[in-house]
Amino acid sequence: MEITVRGLWTMLHGMGFGALYLLACSGALVELYRFTTSAAPIGATSSEERFLKFYLILMVVLAWVAVLTGAYVIYPWYRAVPPVGTSDLALFPQRLLTSNPATSGWHSLGMEWKEHVAWFVPISITMAAAIFIRYGRELKNHRNLRTAVLTFTAASFVAAGIAGFFGAMINKYAPVQGGHTIQLSHGDEK
Amino acid sequence: MNTPGSVPSKTVSAIPNGSGAAAILAAGVGCFVLAILALAGDKSTAIKNSLNFYKPTGPLSGVTTTAILIWLLIWGILEWRWRKEKILAGRINVATFILLGLSILLTFPPIVDLF
Repeated sequence: MEITVRGLWTMLHGMGFGALYLLACSGALVELYRFTTSAAPIGATSSEERFLKFYLILMVVLAWVAVLTGAYVIYPWYRAVPPVGTSDLALFPQRLLTSNPATSGWHSLGMEWKEHVAWFVPISITMAAAIFIRYGRELKNHRNLRTAVLTFTAASFVAAGIAGFFGAMINKYAPVQGGHTIQLSHGDEK
Repeated sequence: MNTPGSVPSKTVSAIPNGSGAAAILAAGVGCFVLAILALAGDKSTAIKNSLNFYKPTGPLSGVTTTAILIWLLIWGILEWRWRKEKILAGRINVATFILLGLSILLTFPPIVDLF
């Protein structure tokens, strides 16, 4: 069992940071709603509030690491230009996708949308976290701020979902691969 | 403490909403600037080349770096101006949600192709 360095980075970006962010989003939405609506339990403790602040900061870190690794580690491998005369495009995912009409849409629609819409995620969640850290349970008394925090957290979930879906599909049709091979385990001989 | 049958008193926040409104509007503007730069880079070769801050990543590096700097700058200015103010946050929300909606639309390739 082995994986290439590029494959490992892609897995970390998508499944490590991106998927974890998506999972965290549902929890954040529920907790933000619970904490900030007027119907929220009065007994919400300061330790619960501290936990949610820490949770949101972790989401901010995940979101920024996801977009930065995507844009500055994986995307250069994805958009690499093959030398003239290259016939095997396996190491050039963008060119591999656009070389076939059946897969070109994954680049022209999928990657073109994903590479931009993904950046709304860290902007949105940074804003939501900053407001919650500043106001905490006081958000109960600021209906408009609360609406914006919940809307932007939901928007970040949608944007991360779009980026995650297209990332997974693009990697299915034209996986980012290459670099050193890391041996994970030796298979048994039959 | 509320007794059964009593009307809960409306709590007034001790923290003005200006700081929150600043963060919200700045986030909307940041997303919108990113979308506009992406669109401009797609339509103009000169802009595309000028946004190529880091060659391996291409114009995406310039689009995102510029948008993030503008977002943080606007956030800082609004925070400085509004942090002690009570702002009409409803209007800020409407403007921000419009900017966010437009941002998502303007990054969607079939809509980008209409320009």
